[in-house]
Amino acid sequence: MLDDMDGDRRGFLKCMAWAGTGALFAFNGGVGSSIGLDAALAAPVKHSAAAPFTFAQISDSHIGFNKPPNADARATFREAIAKVKALPHRPDFVIHTGDVSQLSRDEEFDDAEQMLKELGLPVFFVPGEHDMLDPDGGKAFLSRFGKGSMGAGWYSFEHRGVHFVALVNVADLKPGGMGNLGAEQLKWLKADLATCSSSTPIVVFAHIPLWTVYADWGWGTDDSAEALKLLARFGSVTVLNGHIHQITQKVEGKIAFHTARSTAFPQPAPGTAPSPGPLKVPAGQLHGMLGITDAIFVRGHDRIALIDSTLV
Amino acid sequence: MPRAFKMLTFQAATLATAGLMMSTVAAMSRAAPAPAAAKVEIANFTFKAPVTTVKAGTTVTWTNADDIPHTVVSKDGLFKSKVLDTGDRFTFTFAKAGQFGYFCSLHPHMTGTIVVKA
Repeated sequence: MLDDMDGDRRGFLKCMAWAGTGALFAFNGGVGSSIGLDAALAAPVKHSAAAPFTFAQISDSHIGFNKPPNADARATFREAIAKVKALPHRPDFVIHTGDVSQLSRDEEFDDAEQMLKELGLPVFFVPGEHDMLDPDGGKAFLSRFGKGSMGAGWYSFEHRGVHFVALVNVADLKPGGMGNLGAEQLKWLKADLATCSSSTPIVVFAHIPLWTVYADWGWGTDDSAEALKLLARFGSVTVLNGHIHQITQKVEGKIAFHTARSTAFPQPAPGTAPSPGPLKVPAGQLHGMLGITDAIFVRGHDRIALIDSTLV
Repeated sequence: MPRAFKMLTFQAATLATAGLMMSTVAAMSRAAPAPAAAKVEIANFTFKAPVTTVKAGTTVTWTNADDIPHTVVSKDGLFKSKVLDTGDRFTFTFAKAGQFGYFCSLHPHMTGTIVVKA
């Protein structure tokens, strides 16, 4: 399977597509261009030996959050799940990039789990800092959503020739710092990636961005450079994060970074408010600032398209 | 001027009594000092008054005024709050002099220091 793909692959992630509210931005070697979302969705998929697949990303559901601008984060999470179910192509699985709960309470985790069951799809999780608030510092999350994971909840898996790596950067945070992976996890990552050929497409997901979006608000990961160094030899790396409740993206070399919207509440753009607290938008604007991400991987097409859509 | 003398005597006696009462109050407060207290508000993802100086024996109360939960965790393991949701409080009494750094374990860029003087 890998051989089929390698024969047709070009050296790196050639095209990274990403959409806000209806516009799709295609990144070719880091140079952006945009086409209409409808046109992009209608574009014919190049035939290849293997069928393309998709997966969906949901993030920052904050089940239990009930303050302005969203009195019911459960309701908007339910809408996000309906949005995933309504996608024109059924995703193979879903990733949740953390902050499942607001306060790590059992009933919050349980409600999230029950609602996600409606998808009838496998869901892969990483914890956010809001999921580490039980007295045991994350055990409640791990016992429910992190079975079979290592350390604070990291793991990897293969799916149709793509290597997925789930990292945890919200455990054992250091005073004055940002997100943190830690030596033990980096050691594991090195060993994990050593088993993959450089032509294997890699998707890394973690809660806090793995590049520094805004240090003043702690929007970055202190030791992410060490992880990125381990990823540098791969031809196609896509990094998916949450935490900042808004879409940001960057392409650096062969690594494409992307953050997803929250399903609960938006946060301000870096530095545009006194703090990163919830952006208290009028009720009519809320659904346009919440959403999901649909990732389309076409083998032999050198392209992962990330299409963000809002709940509206 | 016997009357005036009497009045002066009376005033002196009153003053002496008042003085005695005051010293008694002072003695009582020395025996059971009113507990010293200080407050640190958590707002806009910062500890307001990032450095707070108090006397030994002071009880410090942190109150979370943000819409997002925070924690108050000592850098050296001396104290650790449970998660503080909006309006929740955490108190800790600093018995000994020293400098005590702390941070929010959810948002570790939030840091503060309590300076305790003997």
